[in-house]
Amino acid sequence: MSRKDLATDLAELEQALQGTSGRQYWRSLDELAGTAAFQKLMRREFPQQADVWPDSLSRRHFLTLMGASLALAGLSGCSVKPAPMGKIVPYVQPPREIVAGEPLFFATAQPLPGGAVGLLVESHMGRPTKIEGNPDHPASGGATSIYHQASILTLYDPDRSQTVTYQGRTRAWTEALATLRTGLEKERDNGGAAVRILSEPILSPSLARQRERLLKSLPKAKWHVYEPLLQDARLEAMRLAFGQNLDCHYAFNKADVVLSLDADFLGSEPGNLRWIADFMSRRRIRTPASDSTQASMNRLYCIETEVTCTGAKADHRLAVRVQDIEGLARAIASKLGVSTAGSSGSAGPHEKWVAAVAKDLEAHRGRVLVLAGNRQPVAVHLLAHAINQHLGNVGQTVFYSRPVTEGPSPRIESLRELADDMRQDRVRLLIVLDANPVYSAPADIKFMDALERVPLRVHLGLYQDETARRCHWHLNEAHFLETWGDARAFDGTATLMQPLIEPLYRGRSAIELVAFLATLQETPGEELVRSRWRDHWNQQTRGPKTDDAFDAFWKTSLHDGVVAGTGFPIRNVALENDWQRHLEPQASASGASSRPGDESFELAFAPDPTVFDGSFANNGWLQECPKPSTTLTWDNAALMSPDTARQLGVELGEYAHGGEHGGFKMPVVELKVEDRSVLAPAWIVPGHADHSITVHFGYGRESAGRVGGQRDQKVGFNAYAMRTSSQPWFVPNVRVTKTDRTHLLACTQQHNLMENRDLVRSASLEKFRQKPDFASEPEKQKEIDETRRAPAPLEFYPPLEPPASTPKWGMVIDLTTCVGCKACVVACQAENNIPVVGKQQVAAGREMHWIRVDRYVGGTAEAPAEFHFQPVPCMHCERAPCEYVCPVEATVHSAEGLNDMVYNRCVGTRFCSNNCSYKVRRFNFFHYADFETGSLRLQYNPDVTVRSRGVMEKCSYCVQRIRHAQIDADREERPIADGEVVTACQAACPAGAIAFGDLSNSASEAAKWRSSPLNYALLEELGTRPRTTYLAAVRNPNPELEGG
Amino acid sequence: MSPAASIKTAEVRQSETSGELRYVPVGHTFASVTEKIAELVLGRATRQAWFVVLAAGTVLLLMFSAVIVYLLAKGTGIWGINVPVGWCFAITSFVWWIGIGHAGTLISAILVLLHQKWRTSINRIAEAMTIFAVMCAGTFPLLHLGRPWFFFWLLPYPNTMKLWPQFRSALVWDVFAVSTYFSVSLMFWYMGMIPDFATLRDRAVQRRWQVVYGMLAMGWRNSARHWHRYQMAYLLLAGLATPLVISVHSVVSSDFAISLEPGWHETVFPPYFVAGALLSGFAMVIALAIPMRHYYGIEDFISVSHLEVMAKILLATSFFTSYGYFSEQFITWISGETYDKYVYLNILIGFRQYAAVTWITLCCVFIAPQLLWIKRFRRNEKVLFVVSVLVLAGMWMERYLLITTSLSRDFLPSSWGIFQPTVWDILTYVGSLGLFIVTFLLFCRFLPMISMCEMRGLLPGARGHEEGR
Repeated sequence: MSRKDLATDLAELEQALQGTSGRQYWRSLDELAGTAAFQKLMRREFPQQADVWPDSLSRRHFLTLMGASLALAGLSGCSVKPAPMGKIVPYVQPPREIVAGEPLFFATAQPLPGGAVGLLVESHMGRPTKIEGNPDHPASGGATSIYHQASILTLYDPDRSQTVTYQGRTRAWTEALATLRTGLEKERDNGGAAVRILSEPILSPSLARQRERLLKSLPKAKWHVYEPLLQDARLEAMRLAFGQNLDCHYAFNKADVVLSLDADFLGSEPGNLRWIADFMSRRRIRTPASDSTQASMNRLYCIETEVTCTGAKADHRLAVRVQDIEGLARAIASKLGVSTAGSSGSAGPHEKWVAAVAKDLEAHRGRVLVLAGNRQPVAVHLLAHAINQHLGNVGQTVFYSRPVTEGPSPRIESLRELADDMRQDRVRLLIVLDANPVYSAPADIKFMDALERVPLRVHLGLYQDETARRCHWHLNEAHFLETWGDARAFDGTATLMQPLIEPLYRGRSAIELVAFLATLQETPGEELVRSRWRDHWNQQTRGPKTDDAFDAFWKTSLHDGVVAGTGFPIRNVALENDWQRHLEPQASASGASSRPGDESFELAFAPDPTVFDGSFANNGWLQECPKPSTTLTWDNAALMSPDTARQLGVELGEYAHGGEHGGFKMPVVELKVEDRSVLAPAWIVPGHADHSITVHFGYGRESAGRVGGQRDQKVGFNAYAMRTSSQPWFVPNVRVTKTDRTHLLACTQQHNLMENRDLVRSASLEKFRQKPDFASEPEKQKEIDETRRAPAPLEFYPPLEPPASTPKWGMVIDLTTCVGCKACVVACQAENNIPVVGKQQVAAGREMHWIRVDRYVGGTAEAPAEFHFQPVPCMHCERAPCEYVCPVEATVHSAEGLNDMVYNRCVGTRFCSNNCSYKVRRFNFFHYADFETGSLRLQYNPDVTVRSRGVMEKCSYCVQRIRHAQIDADREERPIADGEVVTACQAACPAGAIAFGDLSNSASEAAKWRSSPLNYALLEELGTRPRTTYLAAVRNPNPELEGG
Repeated sequence: MSPAASIKTAEVRQSETSGELRYVPVGHTFASVTEKIAELVLGRATRQAWFVVLAAGTVLLLMFSAVIVYLLAKGTGIWGINVPVGWCFAITSFVWWIGIGHAGTLISAILVLLHQKWRTSINRIAEAMTIFAVMCAGTFPLLHLGRPWFFFWLLPYPNTMKLWPQFRSALVWDVFAVSTYFSVSLMFWYMGMIPDFATLRDRAVQRRWQVVYGMLAMGWRNSARHWHRYQMAYLLLAGLATPLVISVHSVVSSDFAISLEPGWHETVFPPYFVAGALLSGFAMVIALAIPMRHYYGIEDFISVSHLEVMAKILLATSFFTSYGYFSEQFITWISGETYDKYVYLNILIGFRQYAAVTWITLCCVFIAPQLLWIKRFRRNEKVLFVVSVLVLAGMWMERYLLITTSLSRDFLPSSWGIFQPTVWDILTYVGSLGLFIVTFLLFCRFLPMISMCEMRGLLPGARGHEEGR
């Protein structure tokens, strides 16, 4: 099979498309090109690879192909070795490391704002299917977030941009590069003064190097950086405090007391896995009952506006408007004697709270951590630095290093400068790398109008997004799982990124494109990355600088997923002496006491907890993942407190189809600031600060795709439209008016209260010390035992006694450490081929997640005292209510204690779901699984059945992983070791809140957790004997603030 | 005694308030009874009204078929069911139809054994109603399956998978209970019609009807031996059917009672379901009998006295059923069970959910029948008809409540949701009415709707050996 043949398909395709004119969507091309051959071509998933099947088979050829069935088993047909940039031919001899059915894991990293996270990607026969964290990587520690889990879906997203386009028409890469070459050659004479590049902050050392090369070849060209989650205040505070740009690192594992000033460090921000792990390492109570007085925990104070995961886990949470946090920060600082500038020292109604916090911080000098959130103004950041320094935390819990990103700092000025240049026609060639400013730029920059003035605009990106549509050329970017690259973690540690699959649509990476811009020659990405690291290695190594030695270094680094010794050194810095000068006095010293007029509210912006800044908008897993504190899916909303809602006349509207487990038709409110306004459905959040309305970015996309929204079918509203660069995070005065319109909001849980049922059992640390077994309710148990006449619990059916060597699988979930981030939900979805059902089906109460995170509010919905998250997978009850009601034995108990679901036998009576006390079963009311979209089919985990319509499904404890471990163990004639079976949810959990293992082995982690005095079973009074149990939540409130 | 004299006697006796001859058709002889009932099938031209109702029923039936096709093509998701409420309209309708199917066997079997003569004129109608109602009922458990094409996995049959049904499941018991009930009822109904088929065969003028009814009559020659065996078999079948009246709805109730759900897990369910079934069954008989007796001019066979006695039963069973409501609430509150308490309180006051339906149900099932304390209303067809229809609607809503309220408010508040019907839910239910209407109309037209032989048996002189006493 010659290379020429392999390439014919695409050439043919391109040719077929040449004749078309007008703005065309890729998806509609098949309608245009109506020839039968073209239709056939379009139906094939990967035409160029599929051509390894010739039309007629000679015998010899047939044998060759038989030997190569491996390549065909993974339809993508790429090489399993992660170096697939060459053309693919089938194996004659399969590589040694490939065993059919055995997945391989390759290390790579996903660059996300704040730093890359190291990953291990599971690859089945050359097709990546699942992402795990890399335990050796400092930012992951083995954990992943929803974004990492969901990135595998983005890879296979059929809406991804699949070709290069010029004004909407399909073009070849060669044409695009030729245009660029001509354009650049023209500009070269004047040093590229009219060339501008716009990118996101640069995490990749190789990209940074290519940037340098480009700027060397075009010395007058300018490189701008924009990131939607503006951190100007943080950067400015760094400059004022230390005179340089630094990154701040936190050692949560060393902090006894943490004060968060609007910093959602436990939330679903991408870079926070390490923080969650470190913070929760100080909250794990594993002491036996006899030692309970020794138990200790850290303490978290949180001042915030909306209910975030951090606030929900805080021991003391104060909900105030975003603008009032500065006043409280000043009050705390003044109590600590850090700074009295601009503060009356009084915190109004929160005086007692502030005093107690200050006292607690003071008492734990050197073991304290104060964080300021991105949204807070410069003063709060400055105060946080100052408090940390004042209390001697720097060097103990707080560290500074050079920033992770290279190139210009991502400040709004950079974008404004670009827009001004464009408006004044100083830009003739603009290249946008993977950024979408048309959608996300602040409204006052009017980026779109400025952009239209540039004569040649080129966009590189994964999607034909809003910016791509307004550029002449759109170049389809390769997904990070398809290319060579590198990226730094938050602490500077670099990871080499290796492709897991050949680019599905021949996309290229930003590194390759910038290298081309610099040299006007095409260089493979691998070479670019390799040479960058060769230079690094040449500098570092002391031994002989041979190619072999470098190869060893390269391979080790690739294999480990980290380049050893690349972490940034800690810098010893001290506050500039005059830092207090920058604390301009605040207009109202204690903002907490000021109350605006009745119809004027604060408007606060925040990244969305699932689709983030909008770049994940077309990801169905993330759209359908319920947002931690609202459980909303598929929408953003104007979040407000019950009190504010009452003031605005907002009430829960008509039920959606599924009632509270589905959503409501909510009134739409108009938010108006100056001449900008937006219509947003209201949603009531218990615990939200009064007089403030939070809106999330990431929605209202005009060309995200079929999932994330298109012009005629938008999903949510665009909060960026309300944002200006001067008020990037909150607007103190927004006019809110309720309209007559309603909008359906789909949620998975609206009932917030536990209705006096002891579902989540919790106590303070103090109570735990006195009565460690508070959760297991021994009194109640004793009473039951006494009133029970029969000596043993009554059993109608004789118990099955499995042989002694059979493992007894069980799971324990620690409610103290669960932060409600939903990584488990998305990980489970990826592992178990769980379909996305869409907003209407969620509203009908039919979402399919096998594990859900229940969220309860303690106290009342009006004045919530505490928040709880409770992940609920299948309980695998020993006396399962689902089993005895199934008429066809489709759900049965295994000897290992698993409650197995036999899909093939299920007729779909739904009796099991009705009788499940925990309602963890999920039913395929329709044919939810996507068997049609070829690219999505590649994502499916081959070890898990894809369920069709009419079948019940539910958590299986990842039985495929158990079987895998069992087969390995059987082959080696040994029992399965503890920790060998890791369920998908457990692997993803950044807090380490899930233990899974053999309960019959008392040394196993799960058995140890289960013997904790905190262990209890959900609804145990029903006698279902769940195998999944919980460790009760323990909090560590400050006694001074208790009861007040 | 001449026939005329005996009729006279009957008339005299009917004016009295007691005595079994109250239910004897007035002014009839053996010949006139046979003549009149057979004429309904053989002689009389089909009237337009029948066609109109049949057309309406056929439209509904066709719609039912269309809904089924759509359901099979798309899946049960076209209904409003979800998690937590996995069952609703389909199972509600199933339980309701099965309940309606109760009166027939009760009237034919239990009342035969109790020698209730008044049953004679309505038993055929009631039995036919039973058969058709159970047919309607039977479609729902099939349709509600996620994969209905595998329904036979619920049947015990030898198969290559070497799997039996899972016998602990109440759904398997249902299969047995309902199919047994249906087959026994069908047998009972058919057997009761054999002498009448012979009469029709003998009276039919057209050849084809002679053949059809001849085959159906299975060679009945009216010999004493035939009669002897017939009587014996009828009695035996009545004995066999009697426990089924109790068992079938008790088993259906265990679909709920064996579960763990608060509000379902109740020991009162079996008798409570049977009571509710009798109530709805009798309501349906009354609701059918009232228009029929006018349309077919059989007021003399189904007299107001018949209606009155059924009205009394309606009132009594309404009390049985309402006792069930009371008992559920009472036991819940005295038990102090958290989850049950919530469900039962929510039934009463959860107006965002279903409480409105609860109170309407109570009005229909408990308050409306109270009118029947008054004799004037018991003998007033209009009142009786309205009360029956209200009871039927109330019983449907009661089953709806029973299923949804528990499921939508069970153990974990996080999973609480509600059920709201879609248009397909409603169409499926209404479509099943079409099946009932069409089958019932065909029965009225082609089969003897009142048992000729048994009616003759009621006439004075039919029991010569008893006359002399």
